[in-house]
Amino acid sequence: MNLVYAAALAALMGCGLYMLLSRQVVRIILGIALISAAVNFVIFFAGRIGASVPPLIIEGETALGPDTANPLPQALVLTAIVIGFSLVAFAAALALKTYRETGTLDTRELGDAEALGSPYTKEASSK
Amino acid sequence: MIDFIIEHAVVWPVAVPITAAALAAMFWLRQDIQRLVSMVGLVLMLGASLLLLVTVMQDGVQARQFGSWAAPFGISFAADLLSAAMVMITGVLAVAVGVFGLADIRKREEHSGFHPLFLGMLTSVNGAFLTGDIFNLYVWFEIMLITAMGLLVLGKTRAQLDGTLKYAVLNLFSTLLFLLAVAILYGATGSLNMADLSRILATTEPSAALTLSAALFLAGFGIKAGYFPLFFWLPASYHTASITISAIFAGLLTKVGVYACFRVFTLMFEIEGSGLREAMVVIAAGTMLFGVFGAAVQWDVRRILSFHIVSQIGYMLLGLAIATPLAIAGAVFYIVHHIIVKANLFLVAGAIYRATGTYDLRKSGGLMRTNPLLAALFLIPAISLAGLPPLSGFWAKFLVIDASFQGGENWLAAVALFVGVLTLYSMSKIWIEAFWKAPPGVRQTARPVPVLMLLPIAALGAITVTIGLSPEPFIQYAQAAAETLVNPEAYIVAVLGESAGPGVEIAFDPATASPIIIEESVQ
Repeated sequence: MNLVYAAALAALMGCGLYMLLSRQVVRIILGIALISAAVNFVIFFAGRIGASVPPLIIEGETALGPDTANPLPQALVLTAIVIGFSLVAFAAALALKTYRETGTLDTRELGDAEALGSPYTKEASSK
Repeated sequence: MIDFIIEHAVVWPVAVPITAAALAAMFWLRQDIQRLVSMVGLVLMLGASLLLLVTVMQDGVQARQFGSWAAPFGISFAADLLSAAMVMITGVLAVAVGVFGLADIRKREEHSGFHPLFLGMLTSVNGAFLTGDIFNLYVWFEIMLITAMGLLVLGKTRAQLDGTLKYAVLNLFSTLLFLLAVAILYGATGSLNMADLSRILATTEPSAALTLSAALFLAGFGIKAGYFPLFFWLPASYHTASITISAIFAGLLTKVGVYACFRVFTLMFEIEGSGLREAMVVIAAGTMLFGVFGAAVQWDVRRILSFHIVSQIGYMLLGLAIATPLAIAGAVFYIVHHIIVKANLFLVAGAIYRATGTYDLRKSGGLMRTNPLLAALFLIPAISLAGLPPLSGFWAKFLVIDASFQGGENWLAAVALFVGVLTLYSMSKIWIEAFWKAPPGVRQTARPVPVLMLLPIAALGAITVTIGLSPEPFIQYAQAAAETLVNPEAYIVAVLGESAGPGVEIAFDPATASPIIIEESVQ
């Protein structure tokens, strides 16, 4: 079963990396989101799956029972999802703003940063 | 009250700027109040850093646990000599750049939230320096990333949007690699506390998971720090930002990546005998060489300086790769020297722009005659960066190169010396083009540079000269810091408490990957 999970994660990560290599900014951002999801799964599986008893301490006890799920990866994944979401949202907003300013999201045509102070142009523009 | 403040010295360098950031954000529409809050916050942060430095130097490693969770379970903050030095230098630089910003940052950029973002970024930088928890370090990295992207795109020009996109994609990818490394490490060891990890990893058999995790840490931090061959985002984005922002980025952000490398590869993973050293040596040489060659072709001051950030990072990694106490001490000294000098050079670039109206060296000139004070102030960091005696850069390079000869890596020392010569080439290019030569075309009179710009440049220059003329206390401090990095027992004991020696009361359950408390300690 672990092998199946590993293969699924590898597929997810591979898709993400493939998208990351695209020339379209929107695809790149989707790729980041996919890789982010894959990494979150890795955290989740790093906590081992199998035990499905909720990690609650029964009244009167001082420690968790023997077969409880590991609560820490869930907390980590939750944090990572929130952070990943906000960063992807920022990147999407940035892409939208770039599109409105330049009219393209093809990285081949996005050369404004490179053109700023380029050593190869006689007249370096300082926009 | 005083006791309370001193007892929690490790918390204030983060608590002060985050409070100031929140206050500044509350006064969103009142830029004058924001400016006041920002300056007061920066000065208080400097005070907090000084307090932490003094406390750490007197009482050794400081550690605090949040929420009263015992050490390996909750989030710890810990400051050893390296962390304290980094926080101190952050405080100094933040005040200097903040003052410079008063003269440089435009109203429009203040309207877009410069002050809250700037303070938020400083919060995350200090947080990254002080945290003792690897997942918490990831969280600080992400806060740093999002505030840095906000600052980078503050002017909303097309070049900034494009530069920020490149910055965003590669840095997001790097933090994901870092998070993946954390996940794999957690799966293999069951702990996230760095001191606890150090103890666990010392007794763990090497495995594929640990090697993979170490490689991912190196790659993740490597993108952040601008290591060869992963540095391309840096010269593609730094020059687009407003010069105040470029200065603080150049000083601090890549160094957070370098710091994280130092923390992880001294405290947790062994460099010797794991194949990491061979990789790091190549990366260090590549970083130095490609950075300096990249700079040689440029004509824009900001781009020259951006490429030099990369090449200088190589020297720091060189120290870590050799990994003798001497080399690490040299690298620590190098980091402190570099943060001051590099940020200062960006500030000088801002002043050059103010005086001549261009960053392009081909179009500027004549500053030597019109602005001799600025010329003198440029020479200090420039000569220091190139490593000429008697300034701080000479001692920094001397320590690192001496350590690489003693570590038996003669060819690396040769590369480092060669790169030093090329650095001198770039610096003299700026000197000749902007200051010495007659201005091209119709003679324009240079505009005056405001005192608020010259003051921080002079202050940082004074620090450079001080380090250069009396390096002894700084070298001693760096050696003590390297000693605690190489032998992290003091750090581990400070975080986990005396009881957490070899007689462990917390064990690792391989079936659930969660730490379990052995019965005796519960009773």
